Amino acid sequence: MNLGEFILVSIIKIVIAVGILLTAVAYTVWLERKVVGHIQNRWGPTRVGPFGLLQPLADGVKFIFKEDLLPPHVFKPLFIAAPMIALVFALTSISVIPIGNWVTVFGVHTPLEITDVNIGLLIVLGVTSLGVYGVALAGWSSNNKYSLLGGLRASAQMVSYEISLGLSLVGVLILAGSFNLREIVDAQGGTFWGFIPRWNIFQGQIVAFFIYLMAAYAETNRVPFDLPEAETELVAGYHTEYSAMKFAMFFMAEYANMITVACLATLLFLGGWHGPHRFGPPFVQAILPIFWFVLKVFVFLFIYIWVRGTLPRFRYDQLMAFGWKFLLPLAIANLVITALIVALRA
Amino acid sequence: MLHLIVFSVFGLVCVAGAINLLVQRHPINSALSLVVVMGSLAVEYLLLGAEFVAAVQVIVYAGAIMVLFVFVIMLLNAGVEEHTKGSRVAMLFGIPGVLIGSVLVAWVLLQHSGTGSVAVGALPGPPKVIGWLLFHDFLLPFEVTSVLVLIAIMGAVVLASHPAEVQQSAQPDEREG
Repeated sequence: MNLGEFILVSIIKIVIAVGILLTAVAYTVWLERKVVGHIQNRWGPTRVGPFGLLQPLADGVKFIFKEDLLPPHVFKPLFIAAPMIALVFALTSISVIPIGNWVTVFGVHTPLEITDVNIGLLIVLGVTSLGVYGVALAGWSSNNKYSLLGGLRASAQMVSYEISLGLSLVGVLILAGSFNLREIVDAQGGTFWGFIPRWNIFQGQIVAFFIYLMAAYAETNRVPFDLPEAETELVAGYHTEYSAMKFAMFFMAEYANMITVACLATLLFLGGWHGPHRFGPPFVQAILPIFWFVLKVFVFLFIYIWVRGTLPRFRYDQLMAFGWKFLLPLAIANLVITALIVALRA
Repeated sequence: MLHLIVFSVFGLVCVAGAINLLVQRHPINSALSLVVVMGSLAVEYLLLGAEFVAAVQVIVYAGAIMVLFVFVIMLLNAGVEEHTKGSRVAMLFGIPGVLIGSVLVAWVLLQHSGTGSVAVGALPGPPKVIGWLLFHDFLLPFEVTSVLVLIAIMGAVVLASHPAEVQQSAQPDEREG
């Protein structure tokens, strides 16, 4: 592949990936409104299109045409940059996430991701850890005490839960022996005794999976850990002063982060695109791995929404105590036990 | 060639960020310039082939330590710094001192150019190599460093807790109980 071809293929893949991600973000919002509506015995969006399916489009048009207010006394450069920082890092992390095997399209052999790197997992962690700046700077630059409190809470919460999140992944890394997301998925192929898939969650990483689940909810500021935007106490937290597309950018960043977290859970714990795919005509066989991947991501997102419809919000001291006194020791214990078992087996 | 261009560009970004760090009057701008410095350093590591070190640079320095810096600045709500003109002594000796220092460093590097230059991709990059170095070749220094960090953590805990206050507030409870 020469340089021109490489750049062309990369641009096409970036356009497709960002398009898919933004569509997924829009329809995750729709799904959330629909599911939470039904949980609360309401209908959710019904008016725009069949089943309210065009609602995200209507929301987008509305956000674009709203007046973009710039409150006085804000710290202008950072106030404008903060939503961009949040959205850019949320969209960047999708670039190293593989959604299937290598494919050959029009004679070009390419992986189903923007780029296949050796340290894929570390890049996702690094980029998402930079996403904190968007939230923290938005809270600080708004010159509003509710925003500031929201930003402070968000940065403290994200830094604290990042540790448990990272430690819960180390067990998977020990089992796979690689930071490459594709190799981690490949290590989960096949089955035990012919029917239990060799996903990491069935290889003794089930505790790590639940630690990851809880830490991920805190990382993405979702119920029951949505303290940064606790509307009963902080108006809307760090995005109180934002309107129109700037607010929409925070909103999109939050849902893009949810999708990234769901993709990562699928790749690391739920066997990625592995599933029963030895039936049907060749075309179906080629599509099935992507179908399994999307299905697992969908289940993970559905649980996210289900939890939001079910659980109340934690108090802030409960959140911190839970992170540091329960999740962190549990993650360390899981890591030590996994390492011991792997060392004894070797 | 492309490597060299990208390397030079990020080297310039790194130095510009460092200068901006000193020039800016608002602490939060300075902190964000430091983030830029860390990020461009990570890119330099990546270009030299040290992919693991680059990722750790971003995760630890840009993603965690600098967030805590920004956090503290936000918490204290630190305002714009007042700049003094600086002492005349510093101007008189500082600038020649910096010039002499940089000339010395450049001279030493040029004298030992055989060891000074690193080819692109020459550093030990893959995580397996780094792990082997840390847990095999440099096991003792690594463990000693971890004890050092542990001591620092214990020091922070001691400083953060107020033993006098705890005793005072605990005593009435004991009498009542």
